[in-house]
Amino acid sequence: MSQPFDEISAQLRRRHRKSARLKWISMGALGLAGLFLVLFFADMLVKGLPAFQQARIQVEVDYSERASQLPLAAVQENVRPLVSRGYLRLIPGRMDDNPELLGTTRMEWVLADGQVDQYLKGHHSKLRDSEQAVVDRLAAQGRAELRFNTTFFTRGDSKMPELAGIAAAAMGTVLTLLVTLAVSFPIGVMTAVYLEEFAPDNRVTQLIEININNLAAIPSILFGLLGLAIFINFFGVPRSTPVVGGLTLALMTLPVIIISTRTALRSVPDSIRHAAFGVGCSRWQVVRDHVLPLAMPGIMTGSIIGLAQAMGETAPLIIVGMVAFIPDVGGSFTEAATVLPAQIFTWAGEPDRAFIEKTSGGILVLLAVLITLNATAVVMRKKFERRW
Amino acid sequence: MQTNQILALFCGTLLVLGLIAFFLGRAKAARVRASGIAMYAQPDQYAWFSVLSTAGPAIAVGAVGAFVMLLAGAEIPTLYLLAASLVVGCAGLVMGIALVRPDFHARQAIERVIRFFLAGAALISIFTTFGILISIVGEAIRFFQMQSFWDFITGTTWNPGASFLEAAGRAEEGGSAAQFGSVPLFAGTFMITLVAMLVAIPVGLLSAIYMAEFAPQRVRTLAKPVLEVLAGIPTVVYGFFAAITVAPIIVDVAGFFGLDASFNNALAPGIVMGIMIIPFISSLSDDVINSVPDSMRQGSLALGMTKGETIRDVVVPAALPGIISASLLAMSRALGETMIVVMAAGMRPNLTANPLEDMTTVTVRIVAALTGDQEFASAETLSAFALGLVLFVVTLSLNLVSVIMIRRFREKYRINNL
Repeated sequence: MSQPFDEISAQLRRRHRKSARLKWISMGALGLAGLFLVLFFADMLVKGLPAFQQARIQVEVDYSERASQLPLAAVQENVRPLVSRGYLRLIPGRMDDNPELLGTTRMEWVLADGQVDQYLKGHHSKLRDSEQAVVDRLAAQGRAELRFNTTFFTRGDSKMPELAGIAAAAMGTVLTLLVTLAVSFPIGVMTAVYLEEFAPDNRVTQLIEININNLAAIPSILFGLLGLAIFINFFGVPRSTPVVGGLTLALMTLPVIIISTRTALRSVPDSIRHAAFGVGCSRWQVVRDHVLPLAMPGIMTGSIIGLAQAMGETAPLIIVGMVAFIPDVGGSFTEAATVLPAQIFTWAGEPDRAFIEKTSGGILVLLAVLITLNATAVVMRKKFERRW
Repeated sequence: MQTNQILALFCGTLLVLGLIAFFLGRAKAARVRASGIAMYAQPDQYAWFSVLSTAGPAIAVGAVGAFVMLLAGAEIPTLYLLAASLVVGCAGLVMGIALVRPDFHARQAIERVIRFFLAGAALISIFTTFGILISIVGEAIRFFQMQSFWDFITGTTWNPGASFLEAAGRAEEGGSAAQFGSVPLFAGTFMITLVAMLVAIPVGLLSAIYMAEFAPQRVRTLAKPVLEVLAGIPTVVYGFFAAITVAPIIVDVAGFFGLDASFNNALAPGIVMGIMIIPFISSLSDDVINSVPDSMRQGSLALGMTKGETIRDVVVPAALPGIISASLLAMSRALGETMIVVMAAGMRPNLTANPLEDMTTVTVRIVAALTGDQEFASAETLSAFALGLVLFVVTLSLNLVSVIMIRRFREKYRINNL
């Protein structure tokens, strides 16, 4: 019995429909991943952008004798809870610096309390009704407004959300990454040069290669355990410092740099090497004068990507103690410090809702830096890439 | 004298010695050459060789001395060590200058030293692996001396709370004894990993199929880097996103269906982690699908298969080893992921199959054990290393299986660029 044509063509149509369905479903999967990315960035922007603004209110500051003893007395009682405590605390110091302030009363724009900030931004705040009324009245008179938040970029961590900033963490990140780069870049490039240009193809070389690939896949937290047991407990490197954090991250970044450097070295054609050997260069001279300069763009790209990865890493740094509370912007490699991701982690754990905004703001800064770094890497690759 | 000062003195003297070596060596070589005798190397190479023969032995002596002091605990006065290394440096200087002779191959000597240095750098990655192994295994052994290994593997109660009292010798006061049964931790880890894989494998694999088989070139070049962005977002950011945005949504949705979900449920970190590892799966699967030989597609299409059938019955089965390898790699990434679970998953060890309940993971407990104020020798702190050991072994085996699978795929189709 043969099938009638109609049945066959119906079957064929079904099969083609099924084929088309696979196309749409797979397209949907890609779309889903993209959609998530968009949602994620939108969510972070909505939550984080307000962090770049900060409430300030204009109040009468009375630089009286009493205010130098009791800073709270410097402002009138009805606005007292609305002014940042951290700001008030600075008043006696300012009076010591400028003695002519004593006895004067001035209208000044002062930093508002974190709750006023949240209230003005339309978020939930813990202000009492009477305090909200005062803020409303100030806002109506133009004496309360949101301004660009310089505190966020110039100060370290604080328990008061209006005074908390990322400067200390940014400094810590820079110091830590300097250590990371100083250690992992030379060692990584040297390893790659050895494996690509010098090493004989024997058991030891293969072992090193397998080992490097494996290191790239080891969970980052285990590097933290290494840092704790070897660097801190054995070598006595001080805890919580950029040195120990940078060393730990350097070991993590090493495989990334090695792998990308090897790719870059491999893409330099052999004719270059042959020509250099032909005029009597030794192996090291070939590498130093010809292969390495030609591979440099690729090496730099890989190192930037590795550095960006290290910059976002948190888990190993928590293990080596880099989640310290750092209120002052430091500048030393051997003093306790924190890094941007660790600062984000600390803020995420704060119960005060105002810190959600700070956390998201910190995340936006971190993401902006990471995207810039990665974009630089891509541009460099595009610009310097040579097709042989 | 302070260690810093001694170090500065050492470096300064060495720098001066090196400079002396450089100029003496070059001057001597230039003199020999000027007298018309042919030399094996350039004057600069002789100069650099003298520098190496000065600084190399001096640094070596200093480093060996420092290591002996650190490892064996021997008390060598640092001043003596400084003097010894500088004397060796001077001897090296004299020897280096003496070797500046026409029949000496300075270039090859430098070459050997550089080769030695490069090989030393390559060994650092080996040392790193051994460092991880030694640090974890060493502390884990100390832990298993305190606690039974069998209880650790099979126990279902994780209650390290009282261990610091034991460490302080006050075990009787603290009520119940500390228990280290790791089963609930591993159950939680595998639950969250399972959720992550359920999200990542379908989305990642289908995206890879679309990019490799259907998408026009323009979409492909755009979609790949965009997906990579997902892998580049720091995990601490994902953790915050899971805890602040995703978890409340899940609680609301569960509430809508009349279910009771914890704010630290396992779904939120699982889903977010799944999204994070999509690019791991899609990128590698894409490469693998692309390297399936076109002759197989042509054969299948010639037999009258539709495009969908070709993909489902020919391309994907052929690429399966690579896809499995990618999934295993992603799984090892999910098992070791820390920040997402630390921020979004619970702290309470909970043996349950309900992903809406809070549960904790191995990595969460490692972080918890090491960020407290406990003494380092307490069982709770050391338990982190025991957990780390298991994590290391599991991820290592997953990685190795993954490498073997991809190698098998490569050999089957003779592909060189994977």
